[in-house]
Amino acid sequence: MGELDAFIGGFVIESRDNLDQVERDLVALEQDPTSNETLASVFRAIHTIKGAAGFLGLAKLGAVAHAGESLLSRLRDGQLVITPEIASGLLALVDHLRCALATIDKTHAEDDADETGIVRDLTALQEPRRLPHVEQRRSPSPEQPDQSGGSLRVDVEHLDKLMNLVGELVLTRNEMLEFSVVGQNPGLSSTSQRLNTITTQLQEAVMKTRMQPIDCVWNRFPRMVRDLALQCGKRVRLELAGKETELDKALIEAIRDPLTHLLRNSIDHGVETPDARGAAGKDPEGCVSLRAYHEGGQVNIEISDDGAGIDVDRVRQRALERRVITAEQARVMSEQDALNLIFLPGFSTAETITEVSGRGVGMDVVKTNIERIGGKIGIHTGAGLGTTLRIRIPLTLAIMPALIVTSGGGRYAIPQVNVVELLRFAGEEAAGRIEMIQDAAVYRLRGALLPLIWLETELAARSRADDVERLRQRRAVHVVVVQVDDCKYGLIVDDVDDTQEIVVKPLGKRLRTIATFAGATILGDGDVVLILDVLGLAIQANVRSAMSEMSSFRVETPQSAPDDAHALLLVAGADDARMAIPVSQVTRLERVQRSAVERSGGRRVVQYRGEILPVVGLTELLSERRRRPRRGGPARQAGDVVEMIVFAKDGRRVGLVVDRILDTVEHYPAHTLPASRRGVVGSMVIHGRVTEILDLDALCAALPPGTLVAGPFQEVTV
Amino acid sequence: MAATHLVASFYIDDLLFGLDVTMVQEVTDGVKLTPVPLAPPAVRGLLNLRGQILTAIDLRRSLQLPDRPADQRPVNLILRTDDGGTSLLVDRISDVLEVDDASFEPPPATLRGRLRELIRGAYKLDGCLLLALDAAVVVGEIAAMVADGDTRPS
Repeated sequence: MGELDAFIGGFVIESRDNLDQVERDLVALEQDPTSNETLASVFRAIHTIKGAAGFLGLAKLGAVAHAGESLLSRLRDGQLVITPEIASGLLALVDHLRCALATIDKTHAEDDADETGIVRDLTALQEPRRLPHVEQRRSPSPEQPDQSGGSLRVDVEHLDKLMNLVGELVLTRNEMLEFSVVGQNPGLSSTSQRLNTITTQLQEAVMKTRMQPIDCVWNRFPRMVRDLALQCGKRVRLELAGKETELDKALIEAIRDPLTHLLRNSIDHGVETPDARGAAGKDPEGCVSLRAYHEGGQVNIEISDDGAGIDVDRVRQRALERRVITAEQARVMSEQDALNLIFLPGFSTAETITEVSGRGVGMDVVKTNIERIGGKIGIHTGAGLGTTLRIRIPLTLAIMPALIVTSGGGRYAIPQVNVVELLRFAGEEAAGRIEMIQDAAVYRLRGALLPLIWLETELAARSRADDVERLRQRRAVHVVVVQVDDCKYGLIVDDVDDTQEIVVKPLGKRLRTIATFAGATILGDGDVVLILDVLGLAIQANVRSAMSEMSSFRVETPQSAPDDAHALLLVAGADDARMAIPVSQVTRLERVQRSAVERSGGRRVVQYRGEILPVVGLTELLSERRRRPRRGGPARQAGDVVEMIVFAKDGRRVGLVVDRILDTVEHYPAHTLPASRRGVVGSMVIHGRVTEILDLDALCAALPPGTLVAGPFQEVTV
Repeated sequence: MAATHLVASFYIDDLLFGLDVTMVQEVTDGVKLTPVPLAPPAVRGLLNLRGQILTAIDLRRSLQLPDRPADQRPVNLILRTDDGGTSLLVDRISDVLEVDDASFEPPPATLRGRLRELIRGAYKLDGCLLLALDAAVVVGEIAAMVADGDTRPS
């Protein structure tokens, strides 16, 4: 019966897809019972299943589908109106069919379960005014293989192998780049540049194959939210934004449980009952929103509810009761730190342990699971307003750009995504500008206090007392300003090397728990280099207080807006026009002697750190569409030094020359005006001036051909 | 008939140790180690073996013996462990020996200290003792040390 087997396989796949859609449609129908089109679609889907079941000789499945179809037919004909009971009954039908399909998929035959019960329920629902309590006869089937769209099913193992191979290729490519720079062999040089570009593109392509939209996880949530809300006696509306945001498959699976738990929490504990909400002047229907978006190489997922918020005092009290913190700590602790206590194991301030979200094992397990995949979770709350949880996960676990630094005779890698900017001073100057507050060193960076850590000191676990004196002895001091979440500090290192793409390898099981390191990598010369965990280092150095330990003094860093916008680099273009570039897109800022910019083959280049860096001027790229010239503004600088922004595209670096680099801003208005020309994302008002936000990707597309060596042929726009 | 099996033997000073030959993947020397700050002193560093990163544990330090002299280079015993990533640093490699199970004895009650913790027992060979190293303990200890914060600067 080989042919029939093939039919059954196809039938199962198609039916599962249809049932997913039916489930979504039913939840939507309950909100809007007037949508005839949706109802017709549901009817068609069940009708199809019934027909195919008959053809394949699956009698029980057919009978159940038929009962469902009859009920749907009455709804479609207007003899019945969809009620919560009918919706529940139909959703129970979906569950039953899924269960049955799971068995059919495995054994190609029906299971032994009795279907008469559900048939009876569905039939009973066809009579108006008789409202039987429809039980969940079969619980929804456990994890099914992911069915998200796409026409090819590939074993995940194959993709893993592919990823490993690409990782090894990247390592080998790095080694090759070393040789090609040192060797001065032009043929080798250009070949390895091509290899470089191809490897980068291959890497991106393979990573993309593993990417799936977060909707894979979210598509079950509308149903879940509906059921939960009913169960808790609340009215909840679920809003989803960014469901097409893509994540690596491994990450998708890893966040399924945490997200589910957080959602349950929101409905069970966050959103109040309709009465309580009404009394508080709120809409009786609560809103839970899930938002996903990419930012700075990470995926952000936010879960917000407009419920009662978390009572921070009660959390503090609970922690005190459980002796997690001392009375003194409780007194000194900030609001945010007290709130973060809920991530400690066994914590739950819910008065009743409900069936829905269970005991307080939740939040710490969620946090552990998120951190296991390299992510971070943060929480904000407002009394009476609601709670927001934000999860940040690195977009790819395996390959990422990192800044290589030297400290204490060893080299270390800092994930580029954490690097904000680089500072450099002569030793004497540094010692003068660094202030000590108790035993914490800080530096005044554009008016804000930046805590400083000397990497060598932290890694050698030696006393910090002599650091300022050590600083004074140095010729030059390099500070890497790093940031993770709302924690920002300066890391003093001996030297700053280069940004490289590295393959992240985990540390052995035994060493994984050292918080300061996130992993290790192999550089082009074969050396093993440790990757710093910026947050772990911060906790270790007491820049950021650890959960179980509070330092009595903390440097106050400026409160970042809850939306935590990424920093913008402000530059001045021609005629003092203001432009801004997201700092996350910038590799480095440099000043180059005007005389160092050479012409080569009709293009401008500069020798930069051992490579030939193509250079383009901002003014020559942006098409000026202004009808009249801007009046006033300082004359164009004709000095010896040009300001250059180095950024990377497709593995190649490009230098963008601007008139002046002005500043970095972190707080700026949330709304932008739409773009007025190509190469610009939009514009906003910063420091009282209209500022255009540059789109570096679009600018790259507009570069003269061949500027990015060996890339695809680019269109020229002037 | 007596049961025997093969043991890879090596020296720390003049102590002869042995590990089941199936546990040893390969032997290599002259590899560069990257030190791991904040790790237990027994962790001498990380090494690159054909693109794979291994953790190198210095058996001398596990045994709390003084370090070998600076001009003496250690030998790496690459182990087959569950996480596939450990190398053991020893002084000198010796032969693969076939040992008789009957000659095995558990450690005597009078033996104390680190040596006792790290061996399963000894094989009585002609004229010397072959100490059966318990690799799982040597490697497993590291995790415990990290957890305890036992991280004296190396």
